[in-house]
Amino acid sequence: MTTNAMWIQVDSEHTEAFRDEAIARLTRAEDDVVLDFSFVKRLDTKGVRVLEELAGLAEDQSVKLVLRAVNMDVYRVLKLLKLAERFTVLT
Amino acid sequence: MKEKLAPLSDDRIAYLEGLVRQGKTAAALFTQFTQQDVDRIVKAMVLAGLAQAQYLARLAIEETKLGVLEDKAIKNMVATEFVYDYVRDKPSVGVIREFPERGLTEVAEPIGLIFSITPVTNPTSTVLFKCIMAIKTRNAVIFGPHPKAWQCCREAIRIMYDAAVKHGAPEGVFTCVESPTIPDNVYLMHHKEIKLIDATGGPGAVKAAYSSGKPALGVGAGNTPVYLEKTAQLDMAVVDIITSKTFDNGTICASEQTVVIDDEIYDAVIGKFAELGAHICDARETELLGRTLIDPETGAMRPMAVGQRATDIARVIGLRVEPGTKLLIAPILGVGPGHPLSVEKLFPVLSVYRAKSTEEALRVCIDVNHAGGLGHTAVIFSRNDEIVRKFSEVMDAGRIIVNSPGSIGALGGVYNDMVPTFSFGCGTGGGNSTTDNVNLYHYLNLKRVARRTQAHMWFRVPNQIYFNMNAVENLRQFPSRSTLIVTNPMLEQMGLVDVVRRAIPAGTSVRVLAIPDAEPEVKVVMHGVEALNLHQTDQIIALGGGSVIDAAKIMKLKYESPDADLDELAAPFLDIRKRVVRYPARKADAVRLIAISTTSGTGSEVTPFAVLIDKERGRKVTLADYSLSPDVAIVDPQFVMSMPKGLTADTGIDCLTHGLEAGVSIHASPYTDSNAMQAIRLVFQYLPVAYEQPRNEEARSMMHNAACIAALAFSNASVGVNHALAHAFGARFGIGHGRANALMLPHVIAYNASVPTKFMPSPNQRAYVAHKKYAIVADLLGLGGDTVAEKVNNLVIATEELLDRLRIPRSIAEMGISEEEFERAMPDLAKIAFDDPSWRSNPRMPLVNELVELFWKAYRGRGAARTAGASARTAAKEWSHV
Repeated sequence: MTTNAMWIQVDSEHTEAFRDEAIARLTRAEDDVVLDFSFVKRLDTKGVRVLEELAGLAEDQSVKLVLRAVNMDVYRVLKLLKLAERFTVLT
Repeated sequence: MKEKLAPLSDDRIAYLEGLVRQGKTAAALFTQFTQQDVDRIVKAMVLAGLAQAQYLARLAIEETKLGVLEDKAIKNMVATEFVYDYVRDKPSVGVIREFPERGLTEVAEPIGLIFSITPVTNPTSTVLFKCIMAIKTRNAVIFGPHPKAWQCCREAIRIMYDAAVKHGAPEGVFTCVESPTIPDNVYLMHHKEIKLIDATGGPGAVKAAYSSGKPALGVGAGNTPVYLEKTAQLDMAVVDIITSKTFDNGTICASEQTVVIDDEIYDAVIGKFAELGAHICDARETELLGRTLIDPETGAMRPMAVGQRATDIARVIGLRVEPGTKLLIAPILGVGPGHPLSVEKLFPVLSVYRAKSTEEALRVCIDVNHAGGLGHTAVIFSRNDEIVRKFSEVMDAGRIIVNSPGSIGALGGVYNDMVPTFSFGCGTGGGNSTTDNVNLYHYLNLKRVARRTQAHMWFRVPNQIYFNMNAVENLRQFPSRSTLIVTNPMLEQMGLVDVVRRAIPAGTSVRVLAIPDAEPEVKVVMHGVEALNLHQTDQIIALGGGSVIDAAKIMKLKYESPDADLDELAAPFLDIRKRVVRYPARKADAVRLIAISTTSGTGSEVTPFAVLIDKERGRKVTLADYSLSPDVAIVDPQFVMSMPKGLTADTGIDCLTHGLEAGVSIHASPYTDSNAMQAIRLVFQYLPVAYEQPRNEEARSMMHNAACIAALAFSNASVGVNHALAHAFGARFGIGHGRANALMLPHVIAYNASVPTKFMPSPNQRAYVAHKKYAIVADLLGLGGDTVAEKVNNLVIATEELLDRLRIPRSIAEMGISEEEFERAMPDLAKIAFDDPSWRSNPRMPLVNELVELFWKAYRGRGAARTAGASARTAAKEWSHV
């Protein structure tokens, strides 16, 4: 991971605000974007939708999207939904 | 030709894919939920379902036109309240069961996305039940209701879904296929994201589910026979049958179809049915029912009657009955073709059959069971437990309901303690994978966490061992009416039998049986058993070497248990605790077996083994069981003072081999180690002395003790590959056991001390330690060496030097066996050695080519052994932890 990656704290309480911020950063990103999951204990349906959207956007922009500090329960959900493959997941 | 299904439109496929996507996401998210989460959601759903029980019943009646409103409401309540009562305290998330004493834990894993088919007969109750099961187990469900009941099901699903999501369940956890069709079902059944199909429906749907290639739960058609036996409580039986058969107008597939009534009570039973509102049909009416309600071509019930009231059915077919008639009872004379009413009838028409005997009644019940109801349900009313048992044995039914209503009884939880369900597994008889009442455990993948366990070990030895010079005097303390001394002719000639006789208490009737000094044959043993019987013997004294003592052990076995099958008892086993064959239990009036050994090697006086020669079949049989161990062992050196030098050497090395092999055995324990080590020490110290100074009493005494002590070790830890090689080689070339062991011993030490090609599976071994244990032996013997490798090598050298000192040939070649002859024998030797059970406790699992290599090393002799010693030294360096 390069050192000038953009970091975003994932806030599962305010999914919409997080989504907007993530999309804004992704669209102007030239390098990796890191989503910090340190405070995410559990994913919900909205969260999954946002991640799907961000994955698509990152693929379109050829930007690497890194999920950092993902707990094992969340990682398992990403695997079950075949989303893990679309990100670089750091546990 | 099968009718081709219309293809699904793109829009319909997109719609179904949307349901799958929602369900898949919900199932994935659900994996994060805790037990508290799901229990909270389940309770909310149950309360919501209970509150809407009547409403949903009414919707079901309006849409399906089947059944009884009040009964459907009760079914909805059973599907919520009773099911909740069953699941409320049951763990279903994470660790759900632990068996600490077995080191086992069961962890629940959700299945994922389930496609669930629900029936027209019990639509809303089945939905309520399945929703609760799914949430309790963290699964998502797509429901495919029966096309004639999908709207009431959709409403039931909505009620459950709203309650679930309100209390935290993932969105999309339940969805319902709207306006469902068979192509929808087929599409979903084959969808890769569907992990399980739960098909509670007609035979077509169930078959499609099982044919999909997916894991599936199915149900089967019923045709419930009822045996109303003459000891039954008739009032209760008649009320129960009416209650059950009229419940929801007979739509539950477990409801009674044909009641087989004992002749003695038939009239009384029919009278009670009539009294309580049943119409008893005459022959003409029965024929009318059969003709109008059963399709003559298919032999199946006509749908128009399903779930209808008795009076409505009567009206439609032109049968005159009293207003308020609950049930139409049709006497039939047989089952099968020609008796249309003997099939399943999901409406209030009940067949009855008059049986002249219990046998006839059971036969007719079996016939009904096989006429479309295999695996489902059978009912019996009886107070005769024997007949209930017989009925349960001959009926092929997942549920045998006793003295209670079939339909409500089969649902479980009301009349009995079966698991509440709305889905009856019908086993293989019904083409299903289970006979269970389908429940939450069928919605889980159970993971077993198996922790390493240590096998229980033991140290079993005779409880009385007398040793030192004149220990034979201890015979005086054993009273006996009739004693048989088993010995060999030479010992008798040497006067040793007289020594024993003098120690036997006066007044004992003593007889002597002299048998050949060779491994005992079957006929010798049977001759001994005749003598024991003839003299009503209560004590056997075995005086001799291993062969005599082994013979006495088997004589005792056959004397006490004449039916014991020696062939069977000799069956091979891997673990003595799990062996197939059990030896006869020790008897209270068991004969006392006292063993007095006249050699210092085999230790047979304390071992649980006996070897028998079966000359007729040309084979050797080894018996092994602790019940064979002598009761008393006498280790008196006076009986070995005159042992020849060669025998002293060979038996002494046999004893050393026992100690070394028990020491490194995978069954070794601190208990056996202490004995093995002491025996090895005594052999190295006293065997050369006993060999060179045969009259040295201390050396003889200590070697006699060493043999017994080594036997205590290997009786519990067993031996190893040295014995397997020696057995094969000795038998082929007629070489004595001790000498054959001696020729192999240095090579086997080197072999076991090096890194194994294959490790021996053993839960009690936490590391490979054979080389270290040899090093401990070397330390015990003061052989020097700084590293494990050096110590092992010094032990090999010390063993070789001991063999040289005992003038044991240095190689197999020195025994006069040509290389060509040995080469010719090699395939057999390798096979026999590999088949020998002795190596199964060896620390290193020998490969066949390794056995061959060991044989050749022994052939070339101790020069090769020294090379092997060197290779052991090299190999031992490979151990990273040394």
